[in-house]
Amino acid sequence: MTHRQRTIFAFSILAALLLFVGFGQSWSVALVIINLCLVSAVMALGLNLQWGYAGLFNAGVMGFAALGGVAAILVSHAPVEEAWSAGGGNLLIALGLFALTVAVGYIVHRRMAAGNARRLVMLGVILIGYWSFRGFFSDAVRAIESVDPVRTGFLGGLGMPIIFSWVVGGLFAAGVAWLIGRIALGLRADYFAIATLGISEIVVALLKNEDWLTRGPKNVSGLKRPVPYEVELQSSDWFIAAIERLHAGALSSAASAAERQDILAQFIISGSSIFVKLCYMGLFGTVLLIVLGLSVRALNSPWGRMMRAIRDREDAASAMGKNVIFRHRQIFILGSAIIGVAGAMLTTIDGQFTPGSYNPLRYSFLIWVMVIIGGSGNNLGAVLGGFLIWFFWIEAEPASLWVLGHAIAVLGDGSAIAQRMIDAAPHMRQLLMGLTLIMVLRFSPRGILPEYVRHIR
Amino acid sequence: MSYLSGENLRGGYGGADILQGCSIDVDRGEIAVIVGPNGAGKSTAMNALLGMLNLSEGKVLLDGRDISDLSPQDRVKEGMAFVPQTNNVFASMTVQENLEMGAYLRRDNYMETMDQIYSLFPILAEKRNQAAGELSGGQRQQVAVGRALMTDPTVLMLDEPTAGVSPIVMDELFDRIVEIKKAGIAVLMVEQNARQALNVADRGFVLVTGENRFTDTGDALLANPDVRRSFLGG
Amino acid sequence: MTEFLNAIILLSNFVIIPALSYGSQLALGALGVTLVFGILRFANFAHGDLMAFGTMVTIFLTWWLQSLGVSFGPLPTALLALPAAIVITALFALLTDRLVYRYYRRIKAVPVVYIVASVGVMFVLNGLVRILIGTEDQLFSDGQKFIIHANDFKQMTGLSEGLSFKVTQGLTIALAVLVVAALFWFLQRTRTGKAMRAYSDNENLALFSGINPDRVVMVTWIIAASLATIAGVLYGLDKSFKPFIYFQLLLPIFAAAIVGGIGQPIGAIVGGYIVAFSEIASTYVYRKFLIYVMPESLEPTGMAQVLPTEYKFAVSFVLLVVVLLVRPTGIFRGKVL
Repeated sequence: MTHRQRTIFAFSILAALLLFVGFGQSWSVALVIINLCLVSAVMALGLNLQWGYAGLFNAGVMGFAALGGVAAILVSHAPVEEAWSAGGGNLLIALGLFALTVAVGYIVHRRMAAGNARRLVMLGVILIGYWSFRGFFSDAVRAIESVDPVRTGFLGGLGMPIIFSWVVGGLFAAGVAWLIGRIALGLRADYFAIATLGISEIVVALLKNEDWLTRGPKNVSGLKRPVPYEVELQSSDWFIAAIERLHAGALSSAASAAERQDILAQFIISGSSIFVKLCYMGLFGTVLLIVLGLSVRALNSPWGRMMRAIRDREDAASAMGKNVIFRHRQIFILGSAIIGVAGAMLTTIDGQFTPGSYNPLRYSFLIWVMVIIGGSGNNLGAVLGGFLIWFFWIEAEPASLWVLGHAIAVLGDGSAIAQRMIDAAPHMRQLLMGLTLIMVLRFSPRGILPEYVRHIR
Repeated sequence: MSYLSGENLRGGYGGADILQGCSIDVDRGEIAVIVGPNGAGKSTAMNALLGMLNLSEGKVLLDGRDISDLSPQDRVKEGMAFVPQTNNVFASMTVQENLEMGAYLRRDNYMETMDQIYSLFPILAEKRNQAAGELSGGQRQQVAVGRALMTDPTVLMLDEPTAGVSPIVMDELFDRIVEIKKAGIAVLMVEQNARQALNVADRGFVLVTGENRFTDTGDALLANPDVRRSFLGG
Repeated sequence: MTEFLNAIILLSNFVIIPALSYGSQLALGALGVTLVFGILRFANFAHGDLMAFGTMVTIFLTWWLQSLGVSFGPLPTALLALPAAIVITALFALLTDRLVYRYYRRIKAVPVVYIVASVGVMFVLNGLVRILIGTEDQLFSDGQKFIIHANDFKQMTGLSEGLSFKVTQGLTIALAVLVVAALFWFLQRTRTGKAMRAYSDNENLALFSGINPDRVVMVTWIIAASLATIAGVLYGLDKSFKPFIYFQLLLPIFAAAIVGGIGQPIGAIVGGYIVAFSEIASTYVYRKFLIYVMPESLEPTGMAQVLPTEYKFAVSFVLLVVVLLVRPTGIFRGKVL
């Protein structure tokens, strides 16, 4: 099979699977899966940039996705005026002191010669800074968090359309990636992986516990959508008219006006839910196409060739005068920004930010599985992996329940073993995912769609 | 028929053939030295005898037996000991432990061998509980040779044992190597310091671009005007 | 004077003893990670889940023993189940090596490939444990609960602060000391242990000395699996068993191994205690302690806590990052990764 045929074949199978769910389960379910597949694919593209192009093992995808999620609140939630007036002043003072501490620390670090004296001064600066900052900060936090804690208890956001948060999420992630890059790039792969995993856990720990910013475990829900709400659609004339036209055949066969009205109401309800999902699909699909287009262009540009050269022969590239660390930082920031965008998209479609839901298995390692199984270094492979793995991650449970259902029918119902097996069904996906990863790594290490380099003849 | 011989060796590390059909042999109680310019394939020839590269042609015989298909570890079991040029000691382990590791495969009592090594290299006895990584370059080289001897080998192969050591230490090391040969061991060395090495050598092989340019006794090579002019600096 | 004694007891009760037992658990975990790193040369992301697996096996065996009416007097029954659980876990580890990692040794894969493979193993173990025992908390500690109860201590000494010392804490510390002593004896004194050190130090030379790499790797997995099972069981007895928490323990364990110097067994132990003490000491509320030791005029008004308790886990990550910045080889100059 040529490379092209292979790609078309793989995506056809994917489409068939999704159609199967659409016809078999419901279109609504299929669309939910597709939308999350789109988000996963964007994340996978971001990680593929880091791993596939540059060989960076970023185990901290979760942190960047969560930063995107925070951006969604900070951009779209209405500002909480009382909280700002209660604690805003102290908070700004605290942040100012923090910035001052960092600045003084930086100057000391630059100006003083390395040695014990500098260490001592640095320690002093940090301690003094910490204690002066801490007082204002905890006062501010206490004041903010006591403002109507059941409903708000945090500063809120800017009250802007949530779609802007996709950009802001990318910027947040890029900023943190810059910082991580300064710390951890240049270390060997194992260390880099552990460091990024650790930092992503720190990021999530902060988001879980800084209630003044994110409401922490109380979650922020009811984020404004970038697409219409179902209830709005159900009462808007143009939508009803469109549904009527779409289902004219079914409606005309109704026996009475009342029955027609009933059927129409049914169609409108299901239609509105599907319409909303289609809107999301349009938005997400656009983002995916933009990111994919840029990634493909980048990969085939001189820049992409240089990146692959650095990945494959780091020493040689460095000897040729390529600044490896700078290039790694660049691509790490780019990839993380894309993951941040996807994180914001995810919070957008959920309509809520739940810091407790971020766990490295689902948000870091699963994205890894997507990239490796899809085909590291191949953008279409990453997209395919994003779709395929998310599909299996979601469908593993119903599928194993279905299989178990038949098994139990044979074994006989009501046994303790049967119950145990039904309880176990949701965890089949970890097992299957692990086995798939191990098998692909062993027997097809370049993934379903291997890296493909266009050769200039 | 020599004890260890590589005949018509041809091969490399996957790329182009580095060895172009060279032959090396050494008998027990002899020192054989491989010399030649940089890039001539001296170390590669030794690695070929050890089984660390794929030979496209030629064979390696040990005591008349074809060992071409044995892995390096299996050749160690057959009595071939090797001292690499660098990283040739367990730096974090004591001198004594280094020697014990040399005797890893031996099930007999190796204390006698250890005593012999300590009398060959008295400084090691003194530093037996010190980490090998803390020793000087020359002492480290002694540990490396000692570790190899602990395997109770019939063949001792040394890759540039005198690289980076002072001339005094070098002379002493060559003296010890002569003593080792007298114990009936076949010694094969790759050497940069060609003149000094050929002085102690019973056989010498001058390799150029993976082929034998001159093969003779050490003395004869030292006396050969062509060899002197091209390889010994006059 | 009694003020001062009270302060010491307070600190022992809430910081020193908990940190000693938690530190022992981390140290045992970090020893496993560091040994695998030293010999197989990769950071094993599946180690936390291997701990969970070993603990799960122990719990099943404990339940079985309990159903037979077997008990271990004042000590937890789990201790009786431990040896068999270690054997099963070690066999499992050897099986993963045979099916997964050995192939990559044969083809001399780069370290990152091993990590990806270990992520695969992590997923498998994760799913397996959840399928077999579920995700809920499991309490499996039985036998006597306390060596010293806080109230008894108060009556005994007449101090107003009580010191409680749980059986599981004492057991953890004692068992950790025993296991570590045995491990060091093994590494320093036995032929196989020395061969492991030699292999870790200089793989090539070890091969030229006739050391069999497969055997070294096998012994390493057996030891790593034993340490993982012991660490996991002690942690589970001391707190409770929950698969997700065990997965999370991976990071403090990595932190311990790296802070101490990866590949260095002694570093893993020191690192374990450093991480444990940092986590507990930085989130402890010193208010009461300061009231005891400070003159009345200087008594604190706030909680006197360095970090909110929620950040306990995060402390180890911060420590990890700081070590990466300042001294990537760790305290005992481990291998630079």
